[in-house]
Parts: sequence; C-alpha cells; structure tokens
Amino acid sequence: MGVITIDGRKVEFTDERNLLTIIRKAGIDIPTLCYHSELSTFGACRLCMVEDERGRMFASCSEEPRDGMVIRTNTEKLRKYRKLIIELLLAAHCRDCLTCEKSGDCNLQTLAKRFGIMRVRFQNYKEQMPLDFSSPSIVRDPNKCILCGNCVRVCSELQGIEAINFANRGAEAMVMPAFDKPIGETDCVNCGQCRVFCPTGAISIHHNRTEVWNLLGDPDVRVIAQVAPAVRVAVGAAFGLPKGKSVMGKIANVLRRIGFDEVYDTTFGADLTIMEEASEFVDRVENGGTLPLLTSCCPAWVKYVGDQFPELTPNVSTCRSPQGMLSAVTKEYYRDPANNPDGRRTVMVSIMPCTAKKMEAKRPNSFTEGEQDTDYVLTTTELIDMIRTSGIDFANLEPEASDIPFGLGSGGGVIFGVSGGVTEAVLRRITEGHDQETLDRIAACGVREDEFIREFSVPYKDRELNICVVSGLADAGKLMKEVESGEKHFDLIEVMACRRGCIMGGGQPRLAGDRTKAARRDGIYKADHSSVIRKCNENPTILSLYDGMLKGKEHKLLHNESFCAE
Amino acid sequence: MLDECYYKKADEIIAGYGKKPSSLIPIMQDIQAEYRYLPGELLTYVAKQIGISESKAYSVATFYENFSFEEKGKYVIKVCDGTACHVRKSAPILEAFQKELGLSAKKHTTDDMLFTVETVSCLGACGLAPTVMVNEEVHPKMTPEAALDLIHELRGDRND
Repeated sequence: MGVITIDGRKVEFTDERNLLTIIRKAGIDIPTLCYHSELSTFGACRLCMVEDERGRMFASCSEEPRDGMVIRTNTEKLRKYRKLIIELLLAAHCRDCLTCEKSGDCNLQTLAKRFGIMRVRFQNYKEQMPLDFSSPSIVRDPNKCILCGNCVRVCSELQGIEAINFANRGAEAMVMPAFDKPIGETDCVNCGQCRVFCPTGAISIHHNRTEVWNLLGDPDVRVIAQVAPAVRVAVGAAFGLPKGKSVMGKIANVLRRIGFDEVYDTTFGADLTIMEEASEFVDRVENGGTLPLLTSCCPAWVKYVGDQFPELTPNVSTCRSPQGMLSAVTKEYYRDPANNPDGRRTVMVSIMPCTAKKMEAKRPNSFTEGEQDTDYVLTTTELIDMIRTSGIDFANLEPEASDIPFGLGSGGGVIFGVSGGVTEAVLRRITEGHDQETLDRIAACGVREDEFIREFSVPYKDRELNICVVSGLADAGKLMKEVESGEKHFDLIEVMACRRGCIMGGGQPRLAGDRTKAARRDGIYKADHSSVIRKCNENPTILSLYDGMLKGKEHKLLHNESFCAE
Repeated sequence: MLDECYYKKADEIIAGYGKKPSSLIPIMQDIQAEYRYLPGELLTYVAKQIGISESKAYSVATFYENFSFEEKGKYVIKVCDGTACHVRKSAPILEAFQKELGLSAKKHTTDDMLFTVETVSCLGACGLAPTVMVNEEVHPKMTPEAALDLIHELRGDRND
C-alpha cells in the first residue's frame, strides 16, 4: 500500500508485484520484450528502465514498489537508452521483416517503429544458423532469437517440460534443445505456447497454407473444413470486430468463398466425443474400471502423459478427439459411393486454435483403413492470413449456416473451447433434464472457476463424483504426481495443455491481454447459451448417425486402442 | 550406446552426492575426472536420475568452458595463453604442438587418441611463464624446442 509519483502524478498502489505493473496500470505502456505477467521476472531486455529523482536508472520489472517513490518513465536519457538497446538487438538480428512469418505481429518490429529506429549503425557478425523444421507444429529460426528467455520460461514454468533452454555462454549463447537436437525429437508436446510468448520470428507456426491453397484450386478434390469452437471467438478481432464475438457464421461464409466445398463444425465432433467419453466414464465408474479417467481431447496433454507418466496411459480415455472423430466419420461417409457420386477425393482440413493438432493428425492412431483422417490442420492464425490473402471484407460478411450432415453441434460441444468445457458437457450428458435451472446448477458446481486447478465433487446416483479440471501442463504434472502417490483421488480429470484451454491455444492470434482472454471465454459461453441444443444426446443429427452409419463402427471410427503406443 | 560400465560408474558417483538437482555440477566434474570428458549419454542419464530436464543439464554443461563433450586423448596438453605466458611467447609453443601433431584450432585431438592440445586462459603459474600442463603435471618455462622434446618423450612412453 502506498503512493508513487510517476511522471509528476501521484499513483496509488496496493499489492502489485512490481513497479512495472503499477506504471502500466497508470496508463503508460512501458516497453518490454522479456516481461510477462504469468512468467517469472527475468530482467533481460532492460527496456523497462525508469529513472528516479537522483538520476539513477533501474529496471521497473524487478523493482519492488515502495511508498513515496518518485520516478520518471520518459526522460531524454531513458529514450536514448531504450533506442540503443533496440538498435543493438537489431544489429544481431535477421532483418528480413518483409518475408518473416511474424511480420506485423512482432514485438521487436513494433518497438523499432515506436522508437523510430531508421538505421542500424552496427554490423551483424553473427553466423547464420539453419532453421529447424523438424516439428509439424512450430519452426525455430535461431537467427531471429533475441535471448529474452520467454520460450524457455513458458516451457518450464507453465508447461513443466523444458524442451528448450539456453546453451553456451556470452556471445555464443543460444536457445536450443539439449545437444542441439531437432525440436521434433525432444519431449516437446507441440503446444505452441513458446510461439505465443516469443516476441520475434524465432519461433513461429509451421504453416500449411500453401498445401491447402493448392487443394482448393483442384476440381478433383472435395475439400472439407471443420472449425473448432475456440476459432470462432478469435477471428473477429483481427478484422475489427469486437473481441471474443463468435463469428462462426461469417467463417462458414468466407470458407465457401475461398473454395471449401463443405464447412462442418467441430462441435459436432465434440458431441460425438461426449457421447463416447460419458459412456466410457459411466462404465468405468459403475463397473470398477481404471480411474481416474483422463480426458484425451488435447493432443499435447496426451503426448505429455505418454512421455512423462507412461504408467497412467490406461487411465487415458480411448476416445479420439473431436477433430479425429469428425474427420473419421466424414471420410467414412464419403467412402460410400452413394454419398460421393462424382468420385472426388475427399480432403479434410481442420481449422484449430492449436499447433499440437498438426501433430495429432499425423499420429499413427489418426488413420482409418490406412488413410489419414485429417489431411491438414490450419491454425486460427493461418485462417486469418488466408482471409487476408483473399481480400474478402470479412467484417461485413453475412453469416451462413454450416453444412449438413455434420454442421450442427450442441452448446455442450461449443464449450470444449474453454478449460472445464469437456467436464461440463460430460456432466450435462449424465444428468437428467435440460432446463435452464439444471444447466445453471451444473455450471455452478465449480467447473467454471478461475483457478488453473479446480477440484470439486458432484452427486451422481448414490455417490459423489470427485472431479478435477486443470489447464497448463506444469500444474497437470503436479496433480499426476499426487494422483500416483495416492495423495489425491479423482474419478475424472480433464486436462488442457494451455492455460484457460483452447481459447488461448498455441495457434490463436498472439498478444492477447487480459481483456481478450476474458472476452474469448465469455464468447464461448454466450455461443453455448444461444444454442438451440445444449446437450449432445439431444442433437438430432448425432442420434440419427448412431442409428445409421455408425452402427457397429463406433470402435473403428471413434476410439483408439491406446493413445501412447507411438 | 555407451558400455554398461559407464552407467555403473555414474550410479556410484550419483550415490555419493545424492539424487538432487544441486548435485549436478560435482557429478559432472567427477565423471569428467574419470573419463577426461563428459559423455553426452551420461549427462542425459544423470539429468534423469537427479530429476532435472536434459536441456537444463545441457545448459549448465555448455555454460562452463571446463566441461567437454568431446573425447580427449591420453595426454591432455594445456598451453597457457594468459597475459604473462602470451607476452613470453606462448603462441609459437602452441604452433609447435599443433604442427607436430597435425592439429589446429578446430581439431584438438589426434586420430590415435594419444594427444589433445588446447589453450587455457591462466594456469596461475605466471612466474613460470610460458607454462604448459600435461594432464596433472606442470612444465615451466617452455620453448617450441622443448615442446617437441616433450612430445617425443611422451610418445616414447607408449613404445616402452
């Protein structure tokens, strides 16, 4: 508690963790490259320097606020200092901005513009390093790394993996996996959070835009899109629409305009997932199966279990993910000549908030009858790029409906986009009734709380179900240790690798602040609330699918023998 | 793949310091003292045993100049190139070693794994400059001629 004078104005503070937070709250966007509110303070970039009344300079990110402090944030000395730092960073940085994947979305580029760097006086002596394309999800370009350490900290602090770290020292320091192995051969789970936190083009999405554009122009191919729940609340903001607004209708419209033949909704796949996963859960609970049941929708989490907790693989649900189920069912549908009179090849492109889905699509258990179920995965960011390429005025498009037969999902499928959504949908499935009161009671059971680890219990028949919802793999890892040691007992554990769930996935548009995070979450819940159908088992297309095409094929199309067999 | 005995030795060393992250550096030092280098596979093994990530262990190992992932020769010749040795002409001594053994700034070890030649920044024996160390033995006031004699002498050891 106290008062600090910032640039001559008094600012009150309470329990802020550092001076920087107070300065930003006071409406001054002090520049940083290595600071992130959810990561530990690193103090590497030195851009957040401030000056006190005696002319001393210090980094505001690592300074504890003290009552009576007098600081200035924008003096001649500080401007000069910041400018020099950026110039020095640029000196050792690849400057091919025009052809950089992160151009327009790069914090270093933004700061160079903001501080008016028109010329770099220093020569770049850095040796050019090869790029790392070994991962289907991300591309590493060491030439663009500024050693801010964000990726290292997010990978170890939030995800508990530490696939990359600093290596060497001084001028030779670099970020790399152990022994400079290709990132695709490490314990990296492909979550893409490093790409979200990377302020430059050093880590970017391994994009598949070119392949998809080529297919869209091929008359012999039926290109089908499926759109994940979290995508619809993240695209609009890129085209000037309100943050978090669900624009599924506009996405359906634009996808048809750029050449997709059919637009399906991954919420339909999510409904299938809940039908199967809820049955599996009830079966395990009532017949003494392996518990806790661990959810299997998040491919980064599934890889994490396989790598770090192989003994828990029997606990992982055998259900494929919504992406996997919808692709498998769609491909099966078009294998029937009656549904494919012109004999075109069917290609499934899924549009996901997630970089790990690119890895999931290539997993050996994502094939049916020797055919890859999902041919390509585009992230939300790539979809936005493609809409921009097309030049279509997205913001003013009329909303259109998705295609039948797999375009209608329930509200329970939509909430898969947020952490807790899968659990909530399962609870809806196993609870009688669909009136608003019942749904509100489920929503209030603890599943929607703000914490990254939520433990709660709900009544089921004559017993209580102990449930845990966790997002962020570091927290999930802690929880798994407690489960293994017998310290904690749960019946169901939902894990999403990314904090807050898919709305903050590694393929979503970057630079999402607190308001965007909240808006995306609200957008998902609003889309659920305005759905006509709220429960998967009341979705008529789901029911007719189970009565028809799916009969006897549930196992082949919707399940895996084992997830971690790779 | 390393021979089983390497892992046994590593287990002994780890047991001496305890399976905790803070044991990393002393364990790496002991392994390097044993084998004159730090086998990469052993580092991965140690990391797993003491509960840290492989990339963290690699980060620490590459931070310190002292740790080497390259196998060293039977005789590790350290030519001091600190200020005192440098002004007393350590460079021609290094050149003499490299020329005689067919080594360079990039190639440090002879193919027969007998000699490794490297420079160090200071051996702390400036009064004896220019200084060379062969394994644990200090050779004071070196000259290029003495360097060649030293090589011949060491090679002679092998023929005995």
